[in-house]
Amino acid sequence: MIPVLSVKGLSASYRKNLVLNDISFEIEPGTLTSIVGPNGAGKSTLLKVILELHPKLTGSVSFFGTSYKASKARIGYVPQRGSVDWDFPTNALDVVMMGLYGQIGWFKWPGRRHKEKAMNALQDMGMADYAERQISQLSGGQQQRVFLARALVQDADLYIMDEPLAGVDAATEKAIMDTLKSLKSRGRTVMVVHHDLNTVEEYFDHVLLLNRTVMAHGPIEESFTNDNVHRTYGGSLRWVGEGITC
Amino acid sequence: MLNFLSYNGQWVLLSTTILGIASGVIGCLAYWKKQSLMSDALSHAALPGVVIGFLMIGVKNLPVMIAGAAASVLLGALLIQWIRSSSRIKEDTAMGIILSVFFGLGIMLLTFVNRTAGGNQSGLDSFIFGQAAAMVMSDVYTMGGLALLVLLIAVIGFKEWKLYLFDGAFAQGIGLSNRIMSSIYLAVLVMVIVIGIQAVGVILMAALLIIPAVSARYWTNSFKWMLIGSGLFGGAAGIAGTYISTLGKGWPTGPFIVITASCWFVVSLFFGVKKGLIVMYLQHRAQKKSYAATLSNKQRMAEGG
Amino acid sequence: MSYTAWILITASLVGFSCGLIGVLLILRRMAMMADAISHTVLLGIVVAYLITRELSGIHMLIGAIAAGLLTAVLVQSFHSLGVEQDASIGVVFTTLFALGVILIATKVGNAHLDVKHALMGEITFVPWERIELPWLGSIPEAVVVLVVVTVIVLLAIIGLYKEWKITSFDPALAASMGIPVLLLHYVFMSMVSVTTVAAFDAVGAIMVVAMLITPAAAAYLWTDRLLVMFVLSSSFGVLSAIVGYYIAAWLDTSISGSMAFTTGIVFVLSFLLSPKHGILAKYIRPAVPAA
Repeated sequence: MIPVLSVKGLSASYRKNLVLNDISFEIEPGTLTSIVGPNGAGKSTLLKVILELHPKLTGSVSFFGTSYKASKARIGYVPQRGSVDWDFPTNALDVVMMGLYGQIGWFKWPGRRHKEKAMNALQDMGMADYAERQISQLSGGQQQRVFLARALVQDADLYIMDEPLAGVDAATEKAIMDTLKSLKSRGRTVMVVHHDLNTVEEYFDHVLLLNRTVMAHGPIEESFTNDNVHRTYGGSLRWVGEGITC
Repeated sequence: MLNFLSYNGQWVLLSTTILGIASGVIGCLAYWKKQSLMSDALSHAALPGVVIGFLMIGVKNLPVMIAGAAASVLLGALLIQWIRSSSRIKEDTAMGIILSVFFGLGIMLLTFVNRTAGGNQSGLDSFIFGQAAAMVMSDVYTMGGLALLVLLIAVIGFKEWKLYLFDGAFAQGIGLSNRIMSSIYLAVLVMVIVIGIQAVGVILMAALLIIPAVSARYWTNSFKWMLIGSGLFGGAAGIAGTYISTLGKGWPTGPFIVITASCWFVVSLFFGVKKGLIVMYLQHRAQKKSYAATLSNKQRMAEGG
Repeated sequence: MSYTAWILITASLVGFSCGLIGVLLILRRMAMMADAISHTVLLGIVVAYLITRELSGIHMLIGAIAAGLLTAVLVQSFHSLGVEQDASIGVVFTTLFALGVILIATKVGNAHLDVKHALMGEITFVPWERIELPWLGSIPEAVVVLVVVTVIVLLAIIGLYKEWKITSFDPALAASMGIPVLLLHYVFMSMVSVTTVAAFDAVGAIMVVAMLITPAAAAYLWTDRLLVMFVLSSSFGVLSAIVGYYIAAWLDTSISGSMAFTTGIVFVLSFLLSPKHGILAKYIRPAVPAA
């Protein structure tokens, strides 16, 4: 089977420091993988490098057996919530519709069909009542659900999400996890940067332990061992109360 | 144009040098406060104050105009702060608004003055473009005094500045009031701006605050040396620019100072020993090489073992 | 058409086109880029003049686009070489502006180019410099240029509406969808440059910054919808231009200065009175849930 994502010998630096060192792994279709590691382990950088938003030093990345450029339409990216300006004059429905912009084509405006699709996605995330609300008036959890809905309308085969569960309320966390599981049941692949070690086993079926390099990668039951986790986090492991990583 | 070594020429040279040093030093503080463009906005905001200062006493009097400029710059700074903190408007937009609206008001008043006060407006126009060559001894005394005061404040408070700029929270913790430091910072910035616009004008004043500091960044990682370097670069640009402008008839002083400073910036960008592009490139290559070496070592070991 | 009517038409076109561009400027956090470009356009005009030895609309437009793009490219490349964005803008525009002033002082001499004119504009001359157009008769050249630029800007904003929206709101997502973020950035910088130079004759380099930023900032306080913000911002621009003209006529002072100042009045009123984001509303609103 062709892997959804294949990374070989990837390294990258950030302000002179080598943050990713000789990273190799493959993601199989239909898996739900969490990327876990301590602060500064290079989790966000890894996502940015494979999405070509940050330059790499060495190595190669391929999606669905071909280049990133050729697979853009099949990949849905969910950036961190803090990466955009929520004061932007637009409402929730509009943000979700942005997920469709790649499919609409130059010079065309979104039509009723796109609006319906976006509305359905909002409904799936339990956000239908907030469609017309200005995005700065939404709570953090609601904003994250809007981002998820936006990814859903992209109808991608591979979803790459940067900390979708950071700083959200319990209801949102459940809504998001239900969505991820339903994506998986439809054969989609999901990669999530995750910060809460307590929920890794419950939420995901694969784990990639990262600390500048791949410490362990595979099915949860094989790779998410006490030993591996301790190796990844070094001495600084705090199982409970692990802060939100950025 | 005056002979370079003429009596008045020496005063001009002295004043542009002092100005270069003072703005270099304060620009270094602004650089670390991440407020490079704030200095641009604030120098434009000085114009209405200068004109009102003139309107109030009817003749061109430097201290009064400086007081007017200071008042108007302070008002501009406070308004930028207020707009930013109490609405969804971001800082860059707030600066743009204050910069252009204050300048517009200044032009309105200036036109008004020109019409009512007859032909004697040349002294006022020079505040827009600067007219170092027209400065006389008493102007230079005022400027020199203020510049020395500014330098003194920067030097005496050296370690307080360092704390305030790099770790405001810690500074607050050990009893250094950020509020007082902010006020002092604003006060010295305003002082440098108002003495500078006389020589180089409101538009190019920002260049003297921004460019030497950015250049100094490429030569050192130490705050102390950056402060010194920035002052030296500013002073040198003042001397060189003033000298070049005496080589041609009617060549403007301010723009030549700016161009000299930017040439030095380009040199620093490439050849600076700490962050210059050439040094960075060599480091990057070395890093890549050593990385490749460790990789192949690892492979060899894997194959051998 | 009467002299005053032409001035009002010119001013309104400036207000309208700048108002449109301004919305994108402030949402993309590029207000100070507009300030930079409005200064460096001077260099473009001077160089265009030195090459062609004439001051016609088309040469100035090309010179302005070139200078604007040069500014954008230099700022971008210094930034990618590690200079802070802020400092990079400051270095680039003051240098190019100084270069422009030096060229004027040393090469152009007493020709038609005048720094003061370029910086402050002289709208009162606009109605005199006319060109003959088929069917329409004799029309001020500045008006023709402004109409052309306004139409281009309007078409570019409508045609690429969703692209502007997504690259302003979430450039990372836009890039991951294959939308050319950098290309659009440079297209936008070109639009800012042509608008600036078209507005030059009327309001000059520094006041054009007021027309670009302030009406848009005022509109941003009234609405949460992008489309409405465009409409409001361009209306505020036109309003400030017209009111500014009459204030200037009343006080017998600089028209461009007065228009810039009027945008400030519109902003202050919005800042205080806007029902959504105004200061007064903020003082009143906390009482509402309690009542």
